[in-house]
Amino acid sequence: MKLAVLGAGAVGRSVAELAGDYGHTVTALADSSGAVVDGDGIDVDAALAAKEADGTVGSARPETALEAEYDALVEATPTTLGDAEPGFGHVEAALERDRHVVLANKGPVAERYADVRALERESAGDVLFEATVGGAMPVLSTIDDFDPEHITAARGVLNGTANFILSRMAAEGLGYEHVLAEAQDLGVAEADPTFDVEGTDAALKCVIVANVLAGERREYTLDDATVEGISSIPGSALELAQEDGRTIRLIGEVADGDVRVGPRLVPENAALSVSGTRNIVQLETEHAGRLNISGRGAGGPETASAVLADVGRLPEA
Amino acid sequence: MSDSQDEVRAYTVRLELVDEPGELLRALHPIADNGGNLLSIFHERGNMTPRGHIPVEVDLEATPERFEDIVEALQAENFNIIQAGAERYSEALTIVLSGHLVNTDLSHTLSHIQEATEATVTDLSLSAPEGTEDVSSARLRLATEAGNADNALAAVREIAAEKELTVVEPLTAGGDA
Ligand SMILES: NC(=O)c1ccc[n+]([C@@H]2O[C@H](COP(=O)([O-])OP(=O)(O)OC[C@H]3O[C@@H](n4cnc5c(N)ncnc54)[C@H](OP(=O)(O)O)[C@@H]3O)[C@@H](O)[C@H]2O)c1
Repeated sequence: MKLAVLGAGAVGRSVAELAGDYGHTVTALADSSGAVVDGDGIDVDAALAAKEADGTVGSARPETALEAEYDALVEATPTTLGDAEPGFGHVEAALERDRHVVLANKGPVAERYADVRALERESAGDVLFEATVGGAMPVLSTIDDFDPEHITAARGVLNGTANFILSRMAAEGLGYEHVLAEAQDLGVAEADPTFDVEGTDAALKCVIVANVLAGERREYTLDDATVEGISSIPGSALELAQEDGRTIRLIGEVADGDVRVGPRLVPENAALSVSGTRNIVQLETEHAGRLNISGRGAGGPETASAVLADVGRLPEA
Repeated sequence: MSDSQDEVRAYTVRLELVDEPGELLRALHPIADNGGNLLSIFHERGNMTPRGHIPVEVDLEATPERFEDIVEALQAENFNIIQAGAERYSEALTIVLSGHLVNTDLSHTLSHIQEATEATVTDLSLSAPEGTEDVSSARLRLATEAGNADNALAAVREIAAEKELTVVEPLTAGGDA
């Protein structure tokens, strides 16, 4: 397939680099200030070298990537709240041209799910978004295989940064600020960790799962989620949990029409108490009990592999 | 669960006592005399009902038959029984509270939680590594009626929000692992 990749950050870059491995051709690559476009396939290495050297992948206007020749648009620009722009506009532009869309960007399906589905209905193109929930983990495709109607609840650890901080605090008996600074040094936490430690990122993923489980019955957005983060958890709380054979994890839950994210007590040896940056999702199925899916929830190549798995699921034009 | 009449089960009796010396002991006699095994007594001293009575909650074990005798004996002695039932407390919830627990009056927080949630705090551990003036944490185990866990948690959340405490909740129903 021919791919137009919007966004040349950790994810977009990896998608562009790995696309050839999966038998696809990148015909456009854009970042916030420029683009490179070629219907026969761009020179990915050269574009990424240009980005390294000049800060942008090419001299064309970013919008030219939207007008390029492609079968599927890969949306990997920053996740934004509210109107979910510029991601939503990119989705719209592709669907109006009857092209497929594969999202890494959570915004459009977390904040404007019904709008995205409405555009998809009018289009010959499909929208897939496995990468938006749990990076490399096949969460949405598993839900799809089982049929959302037969899944009663989902819960899990959906943010590696928060999980890293909580597991380090518990293991080393260190305070939140100390471990956060360490995580920032290691590149596990961003300079501004708000999205991760206040639970917003995990909540967006839960909202997406809630949308998929609810189908056409109800639309969820971040506003429907009850969200608490981990920044006010002192070391003493983890200590008391440990004394009792438990630990604390930032858990997202989708059950009975509610989306909730917050610090929860979980048994120390439970499947849910993964450590480090690892993620896990548990699905409660109607006929097959509980299903655990765990793995790397983030990272450029990890997320790109989920994007490319989606590209592989698309019907050939 | 078997319905055997010989099986010893846990019961909770809520009584209202007149505020007079010896009333509590007088209320406990019918329980012991009829073969009930006392588990715990929660005496909410200083907490009056609108009628000026003191609510008391007694957990006991007895066979169903003996329990009936106990209730009859209490009524015969003119005790005001508000509630008597089997296994009211069949769900245990563990939560951790963090924040300025001591400055915000921990004992008030606890009694508030017991009242609002109709639950009993059966276990409490406090950790205040920086001293009680600083942020500390408490782990509580709440015993609550079957099916009342969600309400109990909602009440805890509300009290915690009022006092600006952080609550770490257990997973909701079905999420035991
Ligand atoms: N990183 C992960 O592990 C992960 C996992 C799952 C999902 N996601 C989602 O995937 C998306 C990309 O993540 P990332 O980590 O790659 O983010 P990133 O490193 O911040 O990259 C974002 C890219 O989007 C470009 N961009 C911004 N506005 C644009 C516009 N209007 N047109 C074209 N390009 C534009 C940026 O351009 P400049 O380079 O010029 O700034 C940048 O290259 C985000 O929505 C994120 O939430 C990420």
